[in-house]
Amino acid sequence: MNIEIVAFAILATIGIASAILLVLQKNPVYSALLLILHFMALAGLYLLLNAQFIAVLQILVYAGAIMVLFVFVIMLLNLQNEQALVDNFNIRKIVSFILGVVLFLQFAVFFLVKAKNDIDIKKSPDSIDAGSIQNIGEALFTTYLIPFEIASFLLLVAIIGSIFLAKRKIE
Amino acid sequence: MFNNLAENFYMIEQYIPLILAILVALLFSLFLLKASSLFGPQKPNVEKLTTYESGMEPIRTARERFSVKFYIIAMLFIIFDIEVVFLYPWAVNLKILEDKLGFFIIAEMFVFILILLVGYIYLLKKGALKWD
Amino acid sequence: MEIKSLLNILPILIISLSILILILIEAFHKKSEIFIYWITILTLIFTTFLSLITIQDQSLNFHDTIESGGITNLFYSLLLIISSLAVISSKNYLNRMQYHHGEYYILVMSAILGMMLMASSRDLMLTFLALELMSLSFYVLAGYHRKVLFNNEASVKYFLLGAFASGFLLYGIALVYGAAQSTNIIYITREFDSLLNKPLFTLGLILLLIGFSFKVASVPFHMWVPDVYEGSPTVVTALMSTSGKIAAFSALIISLYGSTASQINYETVSKIIALLATASMLLGSIVALTQTSLKRMLAYSSIAHAGYMMIGVAAANKIGMAGIIFYLAVYGFMNIGAFILISMLETSMEKRLTLDDLSGIYKTYPWFSAVMALFMFALSGIPPFGGFFGKYYVFISAVKADMTWLAVIGVISSVIAAYFYLRVVIYMYFRREGENQNLYATAAENFIITVCVLFVIQLGITPGVFLNIITRFLP
Repeated sequence: MNIEIVAFAILATIGIASAILLVLQKNPVYSALLLILHFMALAGLYLLLNAQFIAVLQILVYAGAIMVLFVFVIMLLNLQNEQALVDNFNIRKIVSFILGVVLFLQFAVFFLVKAKNDIDIKKSPDSIDAGSIQNIGEALFTTYLIPFEIASFLLLVAIIGSIFLAKRKIE
Repeated sequence: MFNNLAENFYMIEQYIPLILAILVALLFSLFLLKASSLFGPQKPNVEKLTTYESGMEPIRTARERFSVKFYIIAMLFIIFDIEVVFLYPWAVNLKILEDKLGFFIIAEMFVFILILLVGYIYLLKKGALKWD
Repeated sequence: MEIKSLLNILPILIISLSILILILIEAFHKKSEIFIYWITILTLIFTTFLSLITIQDQSLNFHDTIESGGITNLFYSLLLIISSLAVISSKNYLNRMQYHHGEYYILVMSAILGMMLMASSRDLMLTFLALELMSLSFYVLAGYHRKVLFNNEASVKYFLLGAFASGFLLYGIALVYGAAQSTNIIYITREFDSLLNKPLFTLGLILLLIGFSFKVASVPFHMWVPDVYEGSPTVVTALMSTSGKIAAFSALIISLYGSTASQINYETVSKIIALLATASMLLGSIVALTQTSLKRMLAYSSIAHAGYMMIGVAAANKIGMAGIIFYLAVYGFMNIGAFILISMLETSMEKRLTLDDLSGIYKTYPWFSAVMALFMFALSGIPPFGGFFGKYYVFISAVKADMTWLAVIGVISSVIAAYFYLRVVIYMYFRREGENQNLYATAAENFIITVCVLFVIQLGITPGVFLNIITRFLP
């Protein structure tokens, strides 16, 4: 038992617990707060995998910016009566629940048994710094130059699309 | 199995200051939250417990439905927030990459920002930030 | 070196630059739709010629992330020709809808940029970004007229399911990266054989396929198709169902073809694709039988056609790949033609079309019904038209890959599908005349229809010419 395992166990517990609590909350604002906690736990897991940049992004973009959108959507919809969301159980839901569990088990078995030897990204000298900002920057601005520029087009379309669809009066 | 797992993790020692900072922040905020109710005088009455609306009687719930305008602003914020995220690895690596690529690295970011600048001009001209 | 690479990807640069210019025009000028419309068309035509001229010099650029020349430019020109057909006809449609905005062309151009990048991308990261660029533009375009409830419904459904499918795709890419330690498609196809021994890679590939199946509108992610095709503005549907399909299939072909996989290793993946193809063909053809709405019927036919094309992917041999590209081209022309005819009638009659609206229309509009009948014959795959050879090549590839049963199912499904295509013809010619039928066509629309008809007939009479061009550029 070393300290990394302990850290992993704590973070994983927080992550799973907050995810479960998130779904069980009646008040959507509490769900949003729990989602932040979940994102934080995920960021911790990324740190543990030495992916610092992703960890920072997780907090900056997801726990920061995306959460603003979540809260705004909650306020926009103004869910007064949270009960309305819970409609009664029917056979369709039970079947989809069972299928979901089966799929989850299938994936779990797959990763733990079948594909166990495929994941051989062990601690090698190369991969130690793979997630550092230096390496990501270098890859982003040399190999992934075109994807990088296309990302800005994606953002551009997002700007135009959101204004075009959501602006009250189009001028 | 757990030993196997640990092989994929990296030194946690470097994050000890971070963990300490998080713990201190957590404990301190919890303390502040609890302190006022622990040490402050408590004399509640009906008037005190109602929602404060500058002395007016509260008419309806404080949870009002938001205008969609807020949402547009939030979306635009996220888009430009993500733009800044791309600036971060660029700024950190500028020195190293400039030695390698020369002026090209400046041009790359220039194009990136230019594309988004066009979007910014568009939203300004369309009055997306106007509060009408 | 970088300047040379930039010149190689000139078609993409021109489209990107034109998007920026269009946005600036739209921002600074009110009522600039017509101006933007002409710039869009001229750019598309110019880029088409450019990609046809530079089709010979094949090269990899920017650290093997993007290819130019050869098969890529072939896809470019296909995409650009078919998209420009849809764009040219949009002006009148949007005018009649009284909702003509410059943003339409900006979004269409962004979608085209995404599609072109999907065809040229040789890196899964870029493929994903390109796919998202295309999808994002289509999500907005599907809800283009936001005061029309059907548009909103289409947009929301498309977006929710599309985001879900993107999740599958991204998960697939992550697993493929985990197994191959690279996102480069060229590297992955070279190591295909050894990678297929890893279950992780196979799972990643299957998830990738499921993600793409959303965009090509085949089973298991077909459920969005009828609602979105019916709800979106018809010109957008025309673009989505043709160019969108071409782009998604191009990415699929590039990822799977050129691989060195032996048949034994590829078998698992091939079987799954064959299953998807069977399900799409039968589902599309059978459900379309009960549809009364024309657009819905064509949506199910689109699912069935995706199934036929999937046969070629399952066979994964050269004739199969060439057959898919041929099929995509023919499908593009006949579907654009059919949808534009529908859009003309739809906006003239100001209602959502059902089969009854077509009854006896040949008496008042003989040309309209003749051309519509031609597209229906072509879609059902009746010999003198291009649709027949599309199916023929794909079925041949299945037979060559020892999957005759797949070809048999394809033929059966075609026979079923012929019923509902021919029903349209029967309604037009053998039913009593309906009321209030009127039709306004502009010169632009007549021109587009003529082009589509010519291509469909030409591809049907001399299919070998185009097939030879395709096989020459296939790696």
